[in-house]
Order: sequence, then structure tokens, then C-alpha cells
Amino acid sequence: MAIRNDMTMETATTLIYDGSFNGFLTTVFKAFEERLHIADIQKNSIGQNGLFSKTETVFTQMDKAKRVWNGIRNKSNSAIKRIYFAYLSGHKGIEVLLYRYIQGLFQKDGGISGDFSNDLYLKISQLAKSVGREKHRMEAFVRFQYTQDGIYFANIEPDFDVLPLISKHFKSRYADQEWIIYDIKRSYGLYYNLKSVEIISLDLKEIHANSILKSSVFSETEYHYQQLWNDYFRSTNIKSRINKKLHVQHVPKRYWKYLSEKKEAV
Amino acid sequence: MSVMLQPFKYTNYGIYPKFNWNISIIRNISIFLDYILMTMSFERIREKLNILADAAKYDVSCSSSGSQRTNKNKGLGNSTGMGICHSYAEDGRCISLLKILLTNHCIFDCAYCVTRKSNDVQRAAFKIQEVVDLTINFYRRNYIEGLFLSSGIFKSPDYTMERLVRVAKKLRLEENFNGYIHLKSIPGASDELMYEAGLYADRLSVNIEIPTISGLRLLAPDKQHEDFTKPMLAVKNGIDRYRSEKKIIRSTPTYAPAGQSTQMIVGATGETDKDIMYSATHYYKTYKMKRVYYSGYVPVAEDSRLPSIGSKVPMLRENRLYQTDWLLRFYGFNVTELLNDQHPNLDVDVDPKLGWALRNLQHFPVDINTADKRTLARVPGIGMLSVNKIIQARRFRPLHWEHLKKIGIAMNRAKYFIVCNANHWYHKDMDALTLKGLILKTSQGKFRKNYSTQLQLFNE
Repeated sequence: MAIRNDMTMETATTLIYDGSFNGFLTTVFKAFEERLHIADIQKNSIGQNGLFSKTETVFTQMDKAKRVWNGIRNKSNSAIKRIYFAYLSGHKGIEVLLYRYIQGLFQKDGGISGDFSNDLYLKISQLAKSVGREKHRMEAFVRFQYTQDGIYFANIEPDFDVLPLISKHFKSRYADQEWIIYDIKRSYGLYYNLKSVEIISLDLKEIHANSILKSSVFSETEYHYQQLWNDYFRSTNIKSRINKKLHVQHVPKRYWKYLSEKKEAV
Repeated sequence: MSVMLQPFKYTNYGIYPKFNWNISIIRNISIFLDYILMTMSFERIREKLNILADAAKYDVSCSSSGSQRTNKNKGLGNSTGMGICHSYAEDGRCISLLKILLTNHCIFDCAYCVTRKSNDVQRAAFKIQEVVDLTINFYRRNYIEGLFLSSGIFKSPDYTMERLVRVAKKLRLEENFNGYIHLKSIPGASDELMYEAGLYADRLSVNIEIPTISGLRLLAPDKQHEDFTKPMLAVKNGIDRYRSEKKIIRSTPTYAPAGQSTQMIVGATGETDKDIMYSATHYYKTYKMKRVYYSGYVPVAEDSRLPSIGSKVPMLRENRLYQTDWLLRFYGFNVTELLNDQHPNLDVDVDPKLGWALRNLQHFPVDINTADKRTLARVPGIGMLSVNKIIQARRFRPLHWEHLKKIGIAMNRAKYFIVCNANHWYHKDMDALTLKGLILKTSQGKFRKNYSTQLQLFNE
């Protein structure tokens, strides 16, 4: 990483932002515009000052964030996706990594896109890939339960903050039913009201994992269908081909408590 | 009382547990009766599902990808072309579709099949509406990507096919369902029905099951080879017709957008790997198959013509056949390179690409920094993803061992077949046998415990 080594004599700046993705893009805008030498980019909730750097707080500005977004997207569609996915990994120090990566993208010689022999690029690609994998898992492992109020409800606890990524998938798939997907770890959820998707937060008294006990929240038929699904899960298995190792590899145990077909195994 | 007629229609259910004592007692009694009926019909559906899912599970296809069907008019479902495995059974196989038979009553007596006429098993049949309701309700809960509907053949092939088509039609037209539908083509069904099936289904398939004609004569004497190929041809023609009409009339209705597939049973009739892969190649070419599946024979009957009950499922062999299939479809191999009269069977102890490389050492070593894509793809231990990464990465700098390791190639195999920007190369002029021993010693295989190294000495 030889970027900006010539500037080490300048005071390095640590930028503090509000923790949103747009906030992060605004800091990138500021750093580029003022040609800052960046020591670190931190969420305001963390706030750890370096000994030899000055600190500045950046306020999120949508127009600036948008310019950065468009700038990167015009450069490469896959890059903007990679950046957003990697950002959602919440990896410690991801902001600076992404900042260096964006710098790399705008280098004269065409940038570092596709440079699988560059450690920074590899790291970002891997982070983006693991977030992508989690997104795909959630599209697969969400299990809706039908409530008495006529809403399809699901709890999730993903490793990364993937709700923003799965919203569109569920909206276009379940366009004719009301649904809620609630992330227990991050205490917010998505609610589709037959028109658009809203972000909601709930005061959940109990977590609706798959318990063998029935809850009065859900309709009687809900439990019938769960039973049928469980039966199907068992009948479709070929006993003489049993391969538990492969099974657990594909369906890691940490997801089991929300999968109705694994009810009895939990 | 629509409930009586359609006991599993979802929309009627919400009302059951909410007793309202203000309305007349008669209404309450009727609700109570409905409730009893629902419970009874639930138990009946449960029983049918167990029988008909159990009978359908030997069909290995679970693909739900390759179809574009966008949600229309706020309907249900959306296929983006990407398949999703919603769960995995304990045998490690993907569960993506509700895979069931419409019925396991069958007029045929194919020896390899669990639903054959002479087999003493419980029989059941779904009503069309029952399949529709199960599909919709599973789909709404995000359990599945769609329906895979097959059937035993009752009365006649056309009668059966027509019922399958009616399920798909109902899902598409009445329920506005845009999920994935895979229908089985019934051997012997008419071209007109096959055409209609393709209008509602994403994929159609007919299982050839027995790779050789002599095997078919032995195990399924009532079926003719043409019974299988005729519907395949009808589907292929349907797809071709759609493609050419689409160029002229944009609104031409889609026809089987996810193509057709077939399946072969492996290890039931003593066929060689060469027999299997040569006929697979034939089906890929002649009928433009999307996929050919290989299914290790699971003994389901005591029959002198077949491996006895309790014989092991040939899973390793099945795995090697899939590896070969991939080499043919994505790696630019020709089937005659991998299997021929000198090598009618695949190696057990090494994967088919490594086996080919060991027989063709004259093509190696390959220079990672200059070789073209086709050549890179032939190096053992380098997959297509790594090939693309190597090609992208080497634009920036010549690659050395450390880079290759990080890109993620399988070094334990690849390193003997390549050279790169380094002082030290692993490629030495070793003969095939020594090299093979060295690779086997330093690597692990998931099936390694299934065969002993002793045995291999005699095979060489």
C-alpha cells in the first residue's frame, strides 16, 4: 500500500460519521475534496482518538453521498455493489479499507478492479462475498408464520446486516401478502403493507423461534402447514444416502432455531 | 360452504378459532363441523403427502434456476433465474421444490421403480386442488421455490399428462403464480399435450433411466425407447419454435424457459461409465438438454435382474460422473478424451481431470502467466472461477505461488502441473504412477475411506 506515503508528514485526520452508509459516502466525498490524509474513519458510537491525528465530525449530506455513489457506479457497476456489500459486513475498520479501495479505483492506470493478486482487493472481495452469501441464506432460510392478523411474520438473526439487501427480493416475490421480517440482533425489521416496504421496530415480548409449543399469535392452520412441511422434509430424505456432515455444512446449526423443519432437532 | 368442496383452501381458515357467541348457535355448529372437517382433511393430506413425497424422492433434479418469470399484477412469486435451496435433507440434497407425485398408481412394471405395478406399497392420489393449495401455502411461507410434479401412469399416458398440465395451468391462470414449475413429461404423451405443458411449466423432463437400450429391454419390457425420446423431441421442437417466433412476434408466449432435463440410473444394469457418458453426450447434443442427472441406484426391490437390497448406493461413481459432466460442459473437454475403449471406466481414486492429466503428461507444465483460458482450465486443481481470477490478476503483475494460494486454487494437485514466476517449481519429470502416489499421499478425499489403496495396485 504505497498510496499517499509522500504525505505522511502532514497531520492525519480521523473522520467521524453517523454510522450510516450515506454518512460514510459523505466522508469519502470530504476526504477527496479536501485532499485529506486519512488516519481513520469511525462511527460516532465508537469514537477512539488517535494520539497524533486531529478529529473531525462529518454530517451526512445526501447530495454528496449520491455524487460519490454515482461516481463509483459510472466507473464500475460491480465495484459499487462490492463496496456496499463489504460495508454491510460491519468488519472492524471496514471504512478505511473501503476508502483505500475507492482511491485505488480512481487511479490513473485504470484502478485495481480485478486485481486478485492485491491484498486489499482480495480482502474487500472476500467480505463482499460473505455478505452476499448471508443475503442468499436469508432469502432461503426465512420462514414465515401466518399470524391471526393475517400477516406473514419471520424472525431472523443474520451474521450481517442484510435486511436492506433482501428487501427487494421479498417485495417482488410476495407482492400480494403482508409480511414482516424482523432482525432480532439489530432490533429492526421490514414491513410490507401491500404497497411499499417500511422500516419498523417492534416491542417483541417473545422471540418467535420455532418452538414445539403453539403460540396464540399464529393461526391454527399455520401449525398444520408447519406439520406438513416437517413431514415433507422427512419423507424426501433418502435414508440409504444419509450424509449428516453435508447436511450441517449446508444448513449451519446457528440457523436451526428459526427453521420449522429443524424444530425437533433444536 | 366452499370449505366442504375445497377443504384446503387457505382463505377460509382464519375464521375457525374465532368463536363469536353473539351469532346464532347454528352458525357456531357449522363452524365447529368445519373445524372437524378441516382436521380430518388435514390428516388425510398428511398421509398422502408422506406417501407421494416418499415415492418422488428418487428423482434427483432439484434445480429451480434458469427461468425468468417476473411478478405480474401483484401476483404471487417471482423467478429471477437464480435458484434457491430452501433447505437440505439429511442426505445432504437440496430441497428447492415441492417434489411429489400426483399419484403412485401405475400401469407399468419397471423393475427399478418403487411405484411399479407389482410392488406391494400403499397407494394414494392427490386431487388437483390439493396440489395447488399445498404449493401455494408452502410458497407463501418461503419453504419452496415452486413445484416439481411427477406421476405414476394411470389409465393412459395422455390421461396422466393432461392432469399434470391442469395443475400447472390452474397455478398460473387462477392463482397468478409465478414460481417455478417442473413437470414430468409422461413417456408416450401426445405432442399437443407436451406443447401445452411447456406453456405453463418452466422445465419439462422425461427420465431415460436406463442408459442402454438392451438394459431398457431387460428392466422395463413394456416401454419402448421411442416412448422416451418422442416427448423430448416435442419439447425441443417447442423451444426451437418459440425462439424463432419470438424474433418476429414479441408477444409469443414463453415455452419451457428453463429447458428440459433427463436422468439416468447408475449401477443397475452393469453399464460402463463410457456407456453412460456417451449417451449423456447424445442427449445434450440431440435434444439440447439443460442437464442430464445421474442417480446412483438405490435398491428398492428384490429382483434377480438387479443389485440386491442392501447393496451400497454407488455414490462415489455418481460423483465421478458429475465431475465428468462438468468437464464436458464447462471445461472444453471432449468425451472421447476422458472415456474411450482403453479407459471405459473413470478412475476411482482420482478425479477425472487429474486422471486425464496423468495420462497426458506431455501437455504439462503449463505456464500460469501466459497460457490461454482453455489450457488453464485443463490443469488439475484449477476450477473455472480460479481460471477467471488468474486471467484478471495477471494483467497487473506476474503471479507467483503466494498469489495462486490466495486466489484459492488446489495447490496440492495443481503445483505439479504448472510453472509461475518463482525460483522453485514442483514440476519434475516424474512418471504418472509416482506423481499419482505423491498426490494421493498429500491429499484427502471425501470418499477415500470407501476404497483401499491396496486395491488400486491391481488396477494399474
